[in-house]
Amino acid sequence: MTAILARNLSFKYAGAQEPSMEGVNISIEKGEFVLLTGPSGCGKTTLCRCLNGLIPNFYSGELTGELEVDGVNVEGKTTAEMATHVGFVFQNPENQLFSLSVERDVGFGLENLGVPKQEAIERVEWAMRSTGILNLRDKAPYELSGGQQQRAAIAGVLAMRPSILVLDEPTSFLDPKSAEEIVSVIAKLGRDLGLTILLVEHRLDVVSRYADRVVVMDGGKIRLDGPPRQVYDDQARLIGVGLPRVTMLCHLLRREGFDLPNPITVEEASAEIRRLLTK
Amino acid sequence: MISVQNVDFNYPDGPDVLRGVNLQILDGEFVAIMGENGAGKTTLVKMFNGLLKPSSGSVTVDGVETTKRSVAQLSRNVGLIFQNPDNQLFAETVEQELGFSLKNFGFSDEVVQKRVTSFLHILDLERYANSSPFVLSGGERKRVALAAILVWDPRHVIMDEPTIGQDYLQKERLRNFIMQLVSQGKTIIIVTHDVEFVAECKPRIILLSHGQVIGDGPATRILTDPALVEKASLTVPQIATLMRNLADGNTEQRIVDVYSARDYLVKKLRKGERGLEGQ
Repeated sequence: MTAILARNLSFKYAGAQEPSMEGVNISIEKGEFVLLTGPSGCGKTTLCRCLNGLIPNFYSGELTGELEVDGVNVEGKTTAEMATHVGFVFQNPENQLFSLSVERDVGFGLENLGVPKQEAIERVEWAMRSTGILNLRDKAPYELSGGQQQRAAIAGVLAMRPSILVLDEPTSFLDPKSAEEIVSVIAKLGRDLGLTILLVEHRLDVVSRYADRVVVMDGGKIRLDGPPRQVYDDQARLIGVGLPRVTMLCHLLRREGFDLPNPITVEEASAEIRRLLTK
Repeated sequence: MISVQNVDFNYPDGPDVLRGVNLQILDGEFVAIMGENGAGKTTLVKMFNGLLKPSSGSVTVDGVETTKRSVAQLSRNVGLIFQNPDNQLFAETVEQELGFSLKNFGFSDEVVQKRVTSFLHILDLERYANSSPFVLSGGERKRVALAAILVWDPRHVIMDEPTIGQDYLQKERLRNFIMQLVSQGKTIIIVTHDVEFVAECKPRIILLSHGQVIGDGPATRILTDPALVEKASLTVPQIATLMRNLADGNTEQRIVDVYSARDYLVKKLRKGERGLEGQ
């Protein structure tokens, strides 16, 4: 089943000279873990904003083309209607948390949707368990570390039971260890719950091992689309994608004439280079 | 020179943010202050331009205690670029933003115009000169914030998380730019948890954890010490982990960046090939 289907999707922000996204065609299957990357200003955030109706409901401009998300034609839908289909997690968790306790924050969206109390309690419980924050339920958001805040933000989105999670650079503000933890939580949610994950990231070194597919945008268009091993080539580097450092090292060594594949993790790269060293 | 002696800091009725911090940063040094979210990094650098004063101990900049100067006086020599550019930007156009402080410092119109034009060029912002900073992307706003400080030519430049929201090419540009500033003799202090960026710049690292300095030394030493790095919730750069894997327990190598790794491995692999030919 198709989770996201865009046909010739374009958008120009009101007052902008150029479209931020132009003729985007993409089809993402249910349960896929897709990494969306590309230089800043390439249109990736614009694409994400269309998925839950933030565009055109909150950002005015010219939107053309067709977009189906979770089987729903997004045109004419409100962001609130889309929230039960697509969960949106932002860069800075502080912007998403505002209640006095984690539990209340996680339940906030459900309250707004008018979900019956008993069901809401169960869903909040489930969302906190799925993200590993049951022990933080009574804490205020400002008492949490950055990583814990981001987990709470994800739990709040998860409680709405979306089938698709869209995360726009969720690790930017986190220290590396917390970033690794959050990305593994996201991957686990994808696996265990069959969620479709669309993750916008520059930190490919942390994310690549989990991604089924990498989509690279540049200048408002999709330029590359495929499994990471295939996408991480010279063309990606030229567009300005920051390849994982071990992938980059193997590129450089291949250029020196050594026979190496295109590893995307440290473990793989270590094994391949060791093979050459002991040959 | 920036000198921090026995500094403790706590917000009124709050816990200790900094405890017994001692350090010296010499003129023209390039330093990265690293540590987990909440380690006290931003608090520490806010002392350098007098935005915060120590609860006990002292901070001196160029021989003068910060308590004896106003923030405006200190800022002439210590430029602090905030993590969130929105806390810093307020003018109607990018050009006005860059000219604002120069005018305040009393430079002539001619000098203001020259410097603004030159910094619009250096930071690749010319095409946005007449745009409002608020229609730019996050990464672009960060460049405006950086330009708005550098334009008045402070001797010591502090950047709080300069790589957040920047793509790979922009980080490369930032790295080159920092190197250029360093070669001009400016003191550069970056607050960051971007280990891959630091691995490529190789500055002196001051490692903070829970308000205390737990490590201070060259990047090649700090980043190849997994136990120390772990303590500050950072991760070892991919290349350092790879080299460690290849060394099979031999931890003498202090290689943390892609290009040094390539040079080392090419040499080693070629020697291996020659060795075989000789048999």
